[in-house]
Amino acid sequence: MADPAALDIASIRGRHPHHFGQPSRERRLLLALAVAAALLLLIGMGAFGFFGAAFWLGLGKLGEVAGLMIPPNPGGWDKALVFALSLVETIAISLLGTLGAAVLAVPLGLLAANNVTTAKVLHFFARRSLDTIRSVDILIWALIWVNVVGLGPFAGVLAIMTSDMGNFGKLFSEAIEAADRRPVEGIVSTGGGKLLGIRFGILPEVFPVLASQVLYFFESNTRSATIIGIVGAGGIGLHLAEAIRTLELQQASFLILMILVAVAAIDIVSSQLRFALIGRRSAVV
Amino acid sequence: MASPIVQLPDAQMRPLLASYDAAVRARRLQSLLVVACIVAAVALSSISAEVSLPKLFGNIGNFTSYIGRLFHLDSGNLVFSDPAEWYWGLGRWLRLLGETLLMAYVGTALGTLGAFFLCFLAAANVTPRPWMRLLARRFCELCRTVPELVFALMFVIAFGLGPLPGVLAMAIHTLGALGKLFAEVVENIDMKPVEGVSATGAPWHVAMRFGALPQTLSNFVSYALLRFEINVRSATVLGFVGAGGIGMDLIESIRKFYYSDVSAILVLIIITVSVIDTATGYVRHRLIGREERR
Repeated sequence: MADPAALDIASIRGRHPHHFGQPSRERRLLLALAVAAALLLLIGMGAFGFFGAAFWLGLGKLGEVAGLMIPPNPGGWDKALVFALSLVETIAISLLGTLGAAVLAVPLGLLAANNVTTAKVLHFFARRSLDTIRSVDILIWALIWVNVVGLGPFAGVLAIMTSDMGNFGKLFSEAIEAADRRPVEGIVSTGGGKLLGIRFGILPEVFPVLASQVLYFFESNTRSATIIGIVGAGGIGLHLAEAIRTLELQQASFLILMILVAVAAIDIVSSQLRFALIGRRSAVV
Repeated sequence: MASPIVQLPDAQMRPLLASYDAAVRARRLQSLLVVACIVAAVALSSISAEVSLPKLFGNIGNFTSYIGRLFHLDSGNLVFSDPAEWYWGLGRWLRLLGETLLMAYVGTALGTLGAFFLCFLAAANVTPRPWMRLLARRFCELCRTVPELVFALMFVIAFGLGPLPGVLAMAIHTLGALGKLFAEVVENIDMKPVEGVSATGAPWHVAMRFGALPQTLSNFVSYALLRFEINVRSATVLGFVGAGGIGMDLIESIRKFYYSDVSAILVLIIITVSVIDTATGYVRHRLIGREERR
């Protein structure tokens, strides 16, 4: 009895010859791309010392460092209180920065939305300046603001505000562009002006979306606010960077745990609020 | 032309109007409460974050003059008047920028590889064992919640200064972020091909390769490109903690008030980031378009 699998393949080859021929041009191109990407990865890893002895030495040291972090220990109640206060400060920075950015971004978003701003030049410049703001990392903004208002959490608030203005402006303008035109037309047809059209035609439609985006950024800003302390812009990052640099590793792990708990708590609260605002189905931002 | 509007008799109208007013009042009260909560939170936060508007307005001149100084050379001329002087360190900066890009690439690639192997374990519909799913999920969560810079700080202790700790920190963060997104992609696939492959007696990894992977690959690539964009941006600041890239030169010039160097490096970063954004955006849109045509 002949092998049924071999027979099958022969008959299938007869019926679908194009599946058995040479790989298509597109496929070969993709393969070449993948090989090039893998080569670049290997070259990069080699250049950064992934294959040297230092890498393995470092891994061993990392294990030691991780061992020193256990158990997490703030090193006294007074320290724990300081850390807790700076965690509150971190959340405060995030809240103020996010809200401030949201308020400032509404006019920017309107300017950058092509169905509100009909002047092409204005629209173009609004877009480009938002892009420029966004391409500078939040830590750079923090450093610049530290130079302006001095060390402290206020610089952090301003940094989050600046960097999120770019993000919000872009998101808001996209939400506004996606809004339905007809409510505005309805309002204009009853004699309402352009401003009233925005207030009663666009705002009620986009407000829940905007609010949910603001909440989402509040979550992610709490994460950013934990690190801007590294450059002296307030919050828990200052203590964390100090603890790591002075090798107080048990304190460092305690601080990391605090951050994890706080971020998880804020995640839960704000995702509940977001679902309440826009419904579970469209919660993807 | 006035169309006749049917007016209800007053006796019927009054209770309707009253209930309308009550509904509006209730809604207004609710909004007012929300606003009050936000105002209270802002007030409390302002105390905690030492916000002082007088300080801001007193120093806002500093901000504009700082920006102004960024665009002046030591000689007091505008930077545009002497590009050669402005970009005196172009060769070095370009090399550092190249290192930054390579760091972002290697970090993204390693993280994506890790996420790729984890996501099939972490997806509810294809995971081989429920406990594996739980483990993979928690691991990804840990990787993405601890800020990249914190990992970088710790790795700098272990591996010493240089790009290696930065790349590792980025890879770990990417693994966490993409692991979650990839798992969601896998959870949204059509299960019929997977069942079909499994029905032929194929083991789990073969079912994943021929049943699940073809449906997810373009989404994976699109997310990885998006992550690359993000990582280029964050690679520019990893140098702040000594983890390689152009951030090292940037923080030095900011701290030492080499104004024109700061603006020169910032302009380079902004151009690079925009070019990469545009390029990856183009590829991603093509990928999404392909997906929709299918």
